[in-house]
Amino acid sequence: MNYADLFRATLPETVLEIAALLVLVVDLGFLRKAALKARIASAVLVGVAGCAVALWLVYAAGWAGFGVGGDQLLAAGGSAAVAQCAILVLTVLTLLLFIGCDFTRHCGEFVAVTLMASAGGLVIAAAQDLLVIFIGLELLSLGLYILTAFAKQSGKSAEAAIKYYLFGGMSAAFLLFGFSYLYGLTGSTNLSKVMLGASLVSARGGAPLLLVAMVMIAAGLGFKVAAVPFHLWAPDTYEGAPAPAAAFIASVSKVASFALLVAIVSAALHAFNSAAAPKFCAAWPLILIILSVASMLLGNLAALAQTSLRRLLAYSAIAHAGYILLGLAFFSWTNLSASAVLYYVITYGLTTIGAFGVVGVVERATGSDKLDAFCGLHKRNPWLAAVLLIFFLSLAGIPPLVGFWAKFNLFAAVLAAGDGPVALALVALAIAFSAVSLYYYLQVLKRAYVLPAVDESPIRAHPVTLVVLVLIAAAVVLLGCFPALLQSWIASFYV
Amino acid sequence: MLAWSIYISFAGALIVALLPTGKFALVRWFALAVAAVGLAIDVAGYAAGFAQGPRTLVDAAWIPAMGIHFLLVADGISRVLVLLTGIVAVAGVLFSWNVETRVNHFFAFYLALIGGVYGVFLSADFFLFFVFYEIAIVPKYFLIAIWGSTRREYGAMKLVLYSFVGSSMVLVGLLAAYTSSGSHSTTLVALAHAGLPASFQMWCFPLVFTGFAILAGMWPFHTWAPTGHVAAPTAASMLLAGVVMKLGAYGCLRVAIGLFPLGLAPWGFSIIGLGSWRDVFAWLAVIGIVYGALVALAQTDFKFVIGYSSVIHMGFVLLGLMTLNQIGVDGAVMQMFSHGVIAGLLFAIVGRMVYDRTHTRQLAELELMHLSRRLPFAAWAFVFAGVAAMGMPGFSGFVSELQILVGAWRVNPWWVAIAGIGIVISVAYIWRALQKAFFTDKLPTPEDHPKTGWHSLGAITWPEIAGTVLLGASTLAVGIYPRILLDQIEPAVKALLAGGAQ
Repeated sequence: MNYADLFRATLPETVLEIAALLVLVVDLGFLRKAALKARIASAVLVGVAGCAVALWLVYAAGWAGFGVGGDQLLAAGGSAAVAQCAILVLTVLTLLLFIGCDFTRHCGEFVAVTLMASAGGLVIAAAQDLLVIFIGLELLSLGLYILTAFAKQSGKSAEAAIKYYLFGGMSAAFLLFGFSYLYGLTGSTNLSKVMLGASLVSARGGAPLLLVAMVMIAAGLGFKVAAVPFHLWAPDTYEGAPAPAAAFIASVSKVASFALLVAIVSAALHAFNSAAAPKFCAAWPLILIILSVASMLLGNLAALAQTSLRRLLAYSAIAHAGYILLGLAFFSWTNLSASAVLYYVITYGLTTIGAFGVVGVVERATGSDKLDAFCGLHKRNPWLAAVLLIFFLSLAGIPPLVGFWAKFNLFAAVLAAGDGPVALALVALAIAFSAVSLYYYLQVLKRAYVLPAVDESPIRAHPVTLVVLVLIAAAVVLLGCFPALLQSWIASFYV
Repeated sequence: MLAWSIYISFAGALIVALLPTGKFALVRWFALAVAAVGLAIDVAGYAAGFAQGPRTLVDAAWIPAMGIHFLLVADGISRVLVLLTGIVAVAGVLFSWNVETRVNHFFAFYLALIGGVYGVFLSADFFLFFVFYEIAIVPKYFLIAIWGSTRREYGAMKLVLYSFVGSSMVLVGLLAAYTSSGSHSTTLVALAHAGLPASFQMWCFPLVFTGFAILAGMWPFHTWAPTGHVAAPTAASMLLAGVVMKLGAYGCLRVAIGLFPLGLAPWGFSIIGLGSWRDVFAWLAVIGIVYGALVALAQTDFKFVIGYSSVIHMGFVLLGLMTLNQIGVDGAVMQMFSHGVIAGLLFAIVGRMVYDRTHTRQLAELELMHLSRRLPFAAWAFVFAGVAAMGMPGFSGFVSELQILVGAWRVNPWWVAIAGIGIVISVAYIWRALQKAFFTDKLPTPEDHPKTGWHSLGAITWPEIAGTVLLGASTLAVGIYPRILLDQIEPAVKALLAGGAQ
């Protein structure tokens, strides 16, 4: 074990941690007497600078991961690098949306915790070892619990954090339990060795323990991606958490978790393809399919009945997780599926950050996140209404916005990987549920554009917030009109 | 050149949205200019297209990894429908000259819808086709929900969900076709030549056809059409009936029939006389014709009468498509054009000339208003349009319906026999509406006076006259000299029937 190599491999994470400490030093050391606005601005500035350096390191430096004695601990390049870049960009956007927020006076701590959680996300995205996975997940999750509870004067925020924490702790226990079985069965914590061992076990006729382990792991990761039936925390957390924290949970945490699932599924596919053990291959996709169908069903149907926009976004997030899980259930040998899944989750994260940005602004002005608070938004702030239109139509999958292409790409990948009536039926189901989802997204847009406003006073958004939202909207349109841009960028990591 | 009609419409939509609010005249004239430039391009492209086969307008690699092309091709069928779109778009702007709420938004959504429609008619790549097809959905919702009348939010949502469910079915079918063919290109030609197995086409065809036919108002999936048309503001009803329903019919022809011709082959067995998907859809079309005519006869709302007339005429289009012979499909394409201009005119008269002045569409109330004397222009325009809708010789409807019926007779005379009943009833419902709305002799009782109000209804304005002349001249020109369309349609249909999508 070479510590210099380890340091080099974890340089992006280290930069984020240093930036987090720097934020604390600047905020608590030098700016104690300064106005809140200046403190927020300086904290965000340092945070964004840290992310930028980390992004440069991920993107520019060409090291080859990190391993001990042939066992890889951290991957480099490929899906891991794509996810890491996305995590850093989405973190920057979340931090920028924090400007103009007033739910806390402890802005330094908020930014620092965000950066640390983001570092956890980076670790997860690259992890190739069960223990590293677990450490990364905990690092991310602990940050998220704190961020959720950050609006101290709000009871909802505390309630959301407690619920999130309890569910999260339980699912972490499940995950660890599953990992311990895997270790017991295979004698290794390295992902590819574990999968190879598991394939040998199932080639010998299989072991019930393996099935138990898979279910446990599915439960643990299902919690992270908010898949039914492990989704119960999501609506409450999305509703109670401060807007930037909710945006962070909905985007960065999602990207990291799905990147991890991509890594696990790829490793399993590689191992099992060589060992030819159909049993495992049938069981694991089956678990994912069950989660996927349940998520699409419950997410879309429950979203129909919501009156709070945050809860609506939570259920829509569950539905989107369902679509993505379908892409993981029918995973292809080539990079087709991996890049389709990452494309989907990255663009989804981008759009949902924008949606939460709008929710945050409207909430500050009206004091409510009910759908009716959005009535007449086009009159109160035409720019906000326009970006909301773009975000929600993209979530619904209307071309030429990026959400449509993401769905098309994902479903095409599913059909390419899973050749058969089952895959086709599931894709048909997913597309049918997209039609259902248009109804509730239009309910929001109907209020913004059709129904008259109760209160016609203009809503003022912080200029930085507005600029960020317009930029995200522009990206959603641009990436939708020219899907090849992001696609070839992702493909460039797989060479 | 035709490709510019797409770009100009979308650019126009964007600019209209950004024009200063409150300057109504500027916005209207700008929208009219955009629509008129589009029409001019269409006419020029149409004129240049005589005696020419399909012409590739633009071909650029869009998403190379999946073989998706930005491929616009115009053949005779496309050119006819693009011309129709241009005509209806200009007329629609003229008939919305009196819109005064959120004029910017209105014309922005309007032009975006037009741009999407142009795109569908010109796309020759299924992905691109689908993108434009879906772009056309959302503006419809806002046009109806914001500027509509009678249960507008219900009508708008119903229309959008029907459209979206239809397009979902299409998407499933096309994705399945794309992946199972193993094609590396998404152009319609490549898919048509990919050699999809007959068993695949047998289930994919009805899926895709039904998905498109929902938007074409096929019975029993037509129910969005009357409610949507009635709820929509005048210009949106004109577009819905005039061109949006054509999107569905065009998709049926170009994509469903073009890509999956084997899906129309006989099953090899028959259930209650139905031996193939062709029989099934032809009978649904025939039922739609008779059903629509009967229901139109019973309506008390003037606009619902016109709404159901669209169901009837689109029934003819679908019947024509299912004949699968040259004359029948020619007729179907012509009927698309014919119905586009006639329905546009009918909706303009009901929505703009009558409803905006009387504020009622109930035939019982209109009966008391003596509109033939107070709005003679509207009355005679309706006589003209009504006669055209009945299918009188000299109007476009006659030529197209005749061709469809001849084509259908060659396949199955029973289709013609039953559809003939629908034609007879069509005469009756138009006559009834005409008489009740305009030419009744019933005098108002003294109690009716205050309610109906004999105040001046306001003179017919120049945009209304201009729009009427444009639409009326179109149907008359085609009726008198059908070759003007047939010369374009015939070779294109021939190629399509001979070898799938070309």
